[in-house]
Amino acid sequence: MLRNYLLITIAVLKRRKFFTFISLFGICFTLLILMVLAAFIDHILGAGYPEYNRGRSLYINRVELSDSTNSWHNISPASFYLLNTYLPTLKTPEKIAITSEFDFANAFVNNKKLALRLKFTNAGFWEVLRFNFIEGRPYTEKEIAEGARIVVLSAKTAEDYFGVSTGVVGKTIEAGSVNYRVVGVVKNVPATRLYSSADLYLPYSCSKKDLSKKEYTGNYIGILMAPSRAELKAMQAEFDAMSAKLVNIQQGELTKMDFSASTYLNSFSGTLFGGDSRIFYAIVVLFALLFMLLPSINLVNINMSRIIERASEIGVRKAFGASSKHLVMQFIAENIFITLIGGVLAFILTLITLYLINTSDIIAHSDLTINIKVFVVSLLMCLVFGLLSGVYPAWRMSKMQVTDALRGG
Amino acid sequence: MIQLQNVEKVYRTATIETVALQQINLHIEKGEFLSIMGPSGCGKSTLLNVMGLLDAPSAGKVSIAGQTFERMSDKALAEFRNHTIGFIFQSYHLINDLPVIDNVELPLLYRGGISAAERRRLAKEALEKVGLSNRLKHFPSQLSGGQKQRVAIARAIVGQPQLILADEPTGNLDSAMGKEVLDILLRLNQDHQTTIVMVTHDEQMARRSHRLVRLFDGSQVS
Repeated sequence: MLRNYLLITIAVLKRRKFFTFISLFGICFTLLILMVLAAFIDHILGAGYPEYNRGRSLYINRVELSDSTNSWHNISPASFYLLNTYLPTLKTPEKIAITSEFDFANAFVNNKKLALRLKFTNAGFWEVLRFNFIEGRPYTEKEIAEGARIVVLSAKTAEDYFGVSTGVVGKTIEAGSVNYRVVGVVKNVPATRLYSSADLYLPYSCSKKDLSKKEYTGNYIGILMAPSRAELKAMQAEFDAMSAKLVNIQQGELTKMDFSASTYLNSFSGTLFGGDSRIFYAIVVLFALLFMLLPSINLVNINMSRIIERASEIGVRKAFGASSKHLVMQFIAENIFITLIGGVLAFILTLITLYLINTSDIIAHSDLTINIKVFVVSLLMCLVFGLLSGVYPAWRMSKMQVTDALRGG
Repeated sequence: MIQLQNVEKVYRTATIETVALQQINLHIEKGEFLSIMGPSGCGKSTLLNVMGLLDAPSAGKVSIAGQTFERMSDKALAEFRNHTIGFIFQSYHLINDLPVIDNVELPLLYRGGISAAERRRLAKEALEKVGLSNRLKHFPSQLSGGQKQRVAIARAIVGQPQLILADEPTGNLDSAMGKEVLDILLRLNQDHQTTIVMVTHDEQMARRSHRLVRLFDGSQVS
């Protein structure tokens, strides 16, 4: 029976090349777009190099201040002072990373300017974020305290500045008219990972700014890493308790202060949708559903015209004993077959597209990968829509009199 | 084998009512070869469709092999057709996308309990009976009209039905081919006692059957 269906499906696909193209294009293109989008979302939100610990981390990327009359309101990243003074008082975090936002400096090689992105960090930064050291090592808290002029480079910076990405430990790089001794070289980080991507990583003590100044706002970000995902809530609670006390302590002209920590997803969606990640997910799912409706409507249309064209075949099958159930099953089998072909093509095209994006300069050092879970779910949804689009025309046809079907519908 | 009592068939639309069959009373014995003749539009094909359970009568009673069908479900009707009736159509109605052997196997697909190997064997046997055992892998488009009709006959007999309904089986064939097809049907009737009802326009062919029924304007005139 299945062989018969398969033969028919292949023959129909071959016979109606244009319809086949439209069907496969619809399925394939939809899956491709969804997969590439999922890869982007995964790339931005998922745990990837070197931020593998995102699942058990809280991010402190802004502080909100206002006065009693609300005549001023200030939203900004926190100061180094605020993070460095209060985060170490917490007991739950296993490690604490503090890093600046991007700072910029120029370096010159053979009269060619290199515009470099700098990050000033603490030593915990190297423990929370799991960098892949091509050579050398990270700097230590002791070296930071001593004010050592040392630096960890990205592989690309080492190549651009020294012409090689290895064998540069111990050499000196001049950036922003300051000489730094290289202690390590790390694998490049995709530009979309804002908290970990940089060209030069420097001890915070190398910063030209006065970090001891007792102010709340600045340009630093804190990352708290819990011992495990299970302890994330406890860490959040401890942070919130500390933060609430902090507001009470700091009186004077400042009356309101929102110093909060949130998961990566919440801090990301907070920027777009005010902190509720459910809205973010709802929008993504709604978009995916709407997007998948297109090929299903297309498939219903194509199936309707295909089935009318095949009225005589259906008439013959019914005359020789096919029940409505048989016919519906036949069209389901055909649709599953077409959808699976589209799925395989989409999978191959997605791999090619992601490879092209990764090797191009669209996102520096990107490492987009196919999300198998999203692929399977999308394929299943395509199958469901495929089934629905096959069942309806087959059901319509099963209601038709055999004699009418034999006359050609 | 077949008993028709006061069978009527009326096609109704919003504005028009067409009487296709009226007061048909017919008894066909098991193993009989009956021809139906009449001018175009007299209701021959409609009568055949009613006998083949492809169309329900508007009034009257149809009984085949002692079975009546008034309250039979779509599924039960399909099963009954599959086991009891084989069809041969004027325009062959082969599935062009399937090779000859798969076309012939078709009725067996819908009959449970037959393995793929058994289906293949029976289909080959049926094709041998119609002299087409060398065309198993050919597609209908690669065959002549006579060969197509022989494939259609093989498909009709593969399930060894008690009754074969042939709607102008030689209508699209030249006289030599037509004779060949009729010979096969006569042989089937003689060798296997298969009941055959054939609609035809050809008086000579009709004379070779056991009995001739004539229709005119939906009524039986002889």
